[in-house]
Amino acid sequence: MLIMKDISKTFNPGTVNEKCALKNLNLELKDGDFATIIGSNGAGKSTLFNAITGAFYVDKGLIVLDGEDITYRREHLRSKVIGHLFQDPLKGTAPHMTIEENMALAYLRAKTSNHAYFSRINAADKKKFREQLSLLGMGLEDRMKQPVGLLSGGQRQALTLLMATMVTPKILLLDEHTAALDPATADKVLALTKQIVAERNITCLMVTHNMKQALELGNRTFMMDSGNIILDVEGEERSHMTVDDLLEQFAKNAGKNLDNDRILFSKAEGTSDGNQDCR
Amino acid sequence: MGSIITLSIVQSALELGFIYALVALALFVSFSLLNIADLSTDGCFTLGCAVCATVTLSGHPVLGLFAAMAAGICSGFVTAFLQTKMGIQSILAGIIVNTGLYTINIAVMGFASNINLFSCDTLFSWAKESIGGSWYKLIVAAAVVLLAGVLLAVFLNTRLGLSIRATGDNPDMVRASSINTGAMITIGLCLANALTALSGGLLAQYQKSCDINLGTGMVTIALASLIIGESILGKGSMLKRVAGVILGSCLYRFIVAVALRLNVPAECLKLVSALIVAFAIALPYLKNQAAFVKQRRRAKAENHVYMEEIAARAENPAGMEEAAAKAGNPAGMGKNSAKAGKGGEQ
Repeated sequence: MLIMKDISKTFNPGTVNEKCALKNLNLELKDGDFATIIGSNGAGKSTLFNAITGAFYVDKGLIVLDGEDITYRREHLRSKVIGHLFQDPLKGTAPHMTIEENMALAYLRAKTSNHAYFSRINAADKKKFREQLSLLGMGLEDRMKQPVGLLSGGQRQALTLLMATMVTPKILLLDEHTAALDPATADKVLALTKQIVAERNITCLMVTHNMKQALELGNRTFMMDSGNIILDVEGEERSHMTVDDLLEQFAKNAGKNLDNDRILFSKAEGTSDGNQDCR
Repeated sequence: MGSIITLSIVQSALELGFIYALVALALFVSFSLLNIADLSTDGCFTLGCAVCATVTLSGHPVLGLFAAMAAGICSGFVTAFLQTKMGIQSILAGIIVNTGLYTINIAVMGFASNINLFSCDTLFSWAKESIGGSWYKLIVAAAVVLLAGVLLAVFLNTRLGLSIRATGDNPDMVRASSINTGAMITIGLCLANALTALSGGLLAQYQKSCDINLGTGMVTIALASLIIGESILGKGSMLKRVAGVILGSCLYRFIVAVALRLNVPAECLKLVSALIVAFAIALPYLKNQAAFVKQRRRAKAENHVYMEEIAARAENPAGMEEAAAKAGNPAGMGKNSAKAGKGGEQ
């Protein structure tokens, strides 16, 4: 369960570069919610994620994760229970360490207590890693002794997803984690994401630029603009929504048209697919 | 060659190789794994030497080695503190600490520029009594270094060790995965400097003396050992890489011993060392370059025919096609094969 109350953040206050990235933002996620977030460029999607992970402290407001106030908790202390995937597939793994070592690190940091500095993985753990890798269907289970730098972007992203969810996180943050991958790999990683999130009932926030995807995936959709959430749909209302409805709602709530090229392109793609909803 | 390489040369090269291998292992941690050029190595080596010599002089050779390591940890902590808490760049932090250590080293030695340990017990004199023979020095040095090496390899696969390695490898990842990068840099540098100081301490007991200028150039020598080792054994498991570093250090000492044997005057030794180091570090690059030059030459020879065709075409644009058709057309063939290549890819 994640509660964000009256969150504000201004970067470079008092300078010409002053930028109000989050403005009195309120958000409440129930356990097991899988929410997608869409929004124009600079709407504050990534800033929202960084506020949750603690890359910076917010200027104002309260962040509660699973009943604990984490507003001023330091980044490395929070991230033990937060899984975070970036758009850049290179960001989530250490290239010169082997697949096994990367997984060992992810496993040990989340599984053992903070003071078990000298804990090591054993043969049973290795076997478990192997099983988990084989679920990806990428043949990585036979390459466990190879450095991660040799893997493709899609393989690295799949591995990162596996590592982030190796011990079920309290919240999983996906920041356009399939956007840098080729379409086939992106589909694979996305299917994997759906599967893992559903199996373990992980509370999840996902930024996407694909409006069709935003409505199909998960059980909730947020739209962001100028540092705030301007639309929050779920349940019955959401299941009948089309991409055009979404765009219309955006224009109505934000008082302007959506200016994200990538989102609009993805809408065009959706139309050319012959999808009824998008026409 | 038989006259150049004698058993005693091999033996002393191995002894020194093992002792200095600890510094190379230190750089393995700080330079290869943490990606930090720790320039306090020179001063820290002398610090370990001075501390160990002083403690040994008062009759505690084993305690001396531990005291040296403790001193190294303090030095590493200061370097790390300057980097992580004071925002000083890592290279500058190393230089600053190195400069400060000079005074501290002199002070540790009782404001003298050298100490000798000829009259007191050391690990090596104990070993001489209990083991005897002519190999006792090598046995002691090898035992200490192999123990340190194995412990290091084991440590680098623990959660803390993996975290330190990831910190040097991908800071972005580490920040997103509940690891305190500042703490990892601190622990890594403390560990590295403990190894450096242990090496200094071992050397003090080995040569029964300590001199304030002992550490000069240590960082380059250790770097050379490290790179020789990595280019021989390559990458692989931690144990293999640690073994490679120790091997590299022995090999470096061996090269220096041969150079000395070839009547290189002692005063030229630093220059010879610098040349060996430069060569060892440049070797992987030179290898690549050589391979590239070879490839380019081969390609030039192969493409020569087509280049002539193209030149002829430029001189005589109209008659070209006919001439090419008559002559079996190497240029046309080039075109066709390029097309075929593209088709194949699709």
